[in-house]
Amino acid sequence: MWKEPLIVTDVAVIGFAQAPNERHSPATTNGVEMLVPIFSEVFRATGLTKGDIGFWCSGSSDYLAGRAFSFVSAVDAIGAFPPVMESHVEMDGAWALYEAWLKILTGEAEIALAYGFGKSSAGNLRRVLALQFDPYLLAPLWPDSVSVAALQARAGLEAGLWTQEQMAGIAARSLADGQRNPRAVPAGPGASGSVADLLAEPYVADPLRAHDCAPVTDGAAVVILAAGDRARALAERPAWITGFEHRIDSAELGARDLTRSPSAASAGRAAGASRAQVAELHAPFTHQEIILRDALELGDEVRINPSGGALCGNPMFAAGLARIGCAARAIMSGHASSALGHATSGPALQQNLVCVMEAR
Amino acid sequence: MSQPQPTSQAQPTSRALHAPLDIAFDYTRSLGPTLSAFASALAERRILGARSADGQVHAPPFEYDPVTAAPPAELVEVGPGGTVVSWSWMQRPLEGQPLDRPFGWALIRLDGADTAMLHAVDAGSAEQMRTGMRVHPRWSDSRGRGITDIACFVPEEQEPAAEPDQQPDGEQAEITMITTPIKLGYDHTVSPGEDTFLRGLAAGKLVAQRCPACAKVYLPPRGACPTCGVPTATEIELPDTGIVTTFCVVNVPFVGQQVPVPYVAASVLIDGADIAIQHLILGCEPDQVRMGMRVRAVWKPPEQWDTSVRNIDHFEPTGEPDAPYDFYAHHL
Repeated sequence: MWKEPLIVTDVAVIGFAQAPNERHSPATTNGVEMLVPIFSEVFRATGLTKGDIGFWCSGSSDYLAGRAFSFVSAVDAIGAFPPVMESHVEMDGAWALYEAWLKILTGEAEIALAYGFGKSSAGNLRRVLALQFDPYLLAPLWPDSVSVAALQARAGLEAGLWTQEQMAGIAARSLADGQRNPRAVPAGPGASGSVADLLAEPYVADPLRAHDCAPVTDGAAVVILAAGDRARALAERPAWITGFEHRIDSAELGARDLTRSPSAASAGRAAGASRAQVAELHAPFTHQEIILRDALELGDEVRINPSGGALCGNPMFAAGLARIGCAARAIMSGHASSALGHATSGPALQQNLVCVMEAR
Repeated sequence: MSQPQPTSQAQPTSRALHAPLDIAFDYTRSLGPTLSAFASALAERRILGARSADGQVHAPPFEYDPVTAAPPAELVEVGPGGTVVSWSWMQRPLEGQPLDRPFGWALIRLDGADTAMLHAVDAGSAEQMRTGMRVHPRWSDSRGRGITDIACFVPEEQEPAAEPDQQPDGEQAEITMITTPIKLGYDHTVSPGEDTFLRGLAAGKLVAQRCPACAKVYLPPRGACPTCGVPTATEIELPDTGIVTTFCVVNVPFVGQQVPVPYVAASVLIDGADIAIQHLILGCEPDQVRMGMRVRAVWKPPEQWDTSVRNIDHFEPTGEPDAPYDFYAHHL
């Protein structure tokens, strides 16, 4: 088959850092204070400097920050003078990484850096996220993110697709894993609770309990990609990207079967998700992990969220990118030979992205 | 705690200054043909769905068929009664939601529809909610506001259905626009550099920060040097004198204007700083203001000082000779 000779096809994750996941960061909403330390960290680890980066791409949201063009202030963290090639998506940094990956594939850059940041605690996150709905039929009702996830959870519970015990089990496993992750949100009371203890807690949005919902989290993440020989020179064990896909389901909430995720299934099949030994799933609610495992056809042998996942830190616009970074780190550290990172966006898993990586 | 020295390292002290930031905007949205028909029907207490190419009735209606991307060929009346297909309980309603007392969120499949509508159910308590329950709309007192013309849904067993609407005389106006007020509240926190700057102003000082790599001086401090990308932690106190680099004469009145026109808004390069700040030039006629003109800050009386740039009321000419163009050319 004919192939365009100039296209670079080998791209790998060679660096990752994330800010501490915090419930209330003292930082501003423009991200600079969270980003400067993790840029330093990832440059130190890779031996790169800002001048080596051929393309920068960020993910963040003005609605979250409560100010216009908040991502422009964040560029201060880069040191973007003289000017750099830079772009932004009003989405999780995982989609910024996708743009960075394309930039390398098209030969416009050899090394690219994607970052995402969000200070979710600045406003009322449940209300802010109501504005991601269709502005005619849904947003005027201010449906909040937790309530909509609760509608999804009940649909699956009543269809017999999962149980509240399974949901609590996911929370217990995630919180236990999170205690070994120094960047996870500091565990609150109940972190060591058994499933029975968790199920004794009251509902926050029937049928969801506090442990079913990711904490409102401030944070940031950065991932560096490099092409072919540059990646081999810069990292001992690069995490080579073998599939990178994203898909979206209907914006018509009431027309979706909320117990399934066709977009995750489609992205997962296209990206080769079933090859992964480790999966970092961006599931801000416990039942969504069950939907995603099913959609991505991940068997019982696949290790899910060794980082603790989004239940141990869900900084808006950075958590998906951090999932990819954590999955890549599993490969770079030698703990896995294949891994996937997943990111979600929109209400009730509306949009899904899958990045599959392997060691070579 | 000692006073900050002119070149001390900034120390994290208490939490940075923060204040409520409320933003609000009324979006006026044109509806287009499908949603206009939907909203117009709601104003007459009827609910329309759209039939898709595969024969499914979507209520509320789609604007473009999810399979064929064509506009709906047919709008059909559905409901007004329906069945709850999933629900959750909102114990503490948030601002803007349909009810201000505890209520159920529900996906409601209206009679005759294949998809569900999201809305609130005024059921009183979670114990009254169940999947499969029958509900019907309680109409709002106001009409012509789109989906919120339905105030909420109510359980059939708790409240009788509304009487069919009296057919009004004459032709009802078509609803082509809705207004959706958006109001969000934040706790806005300033950066450590801005915190230093604002607390300095409260003491009648201009506190800048210097980049440790390129030695540029930023007033107000930016947190990180935009050239070098490193934290600008070294504090430096600057005088309250400087030069006008560039300016404009404001002749246009606008909402919220606090100075009578005409007046001068200028970029003022404080002596020792590498970036200019914006402020007013008063104390002379607007046509006397020049590029390169030396100015000094006119402070409000100290008892009015706050952590605000408004502590400086304006800048006024010092009468010193102008700075030469080459001195400030690279700041333009």
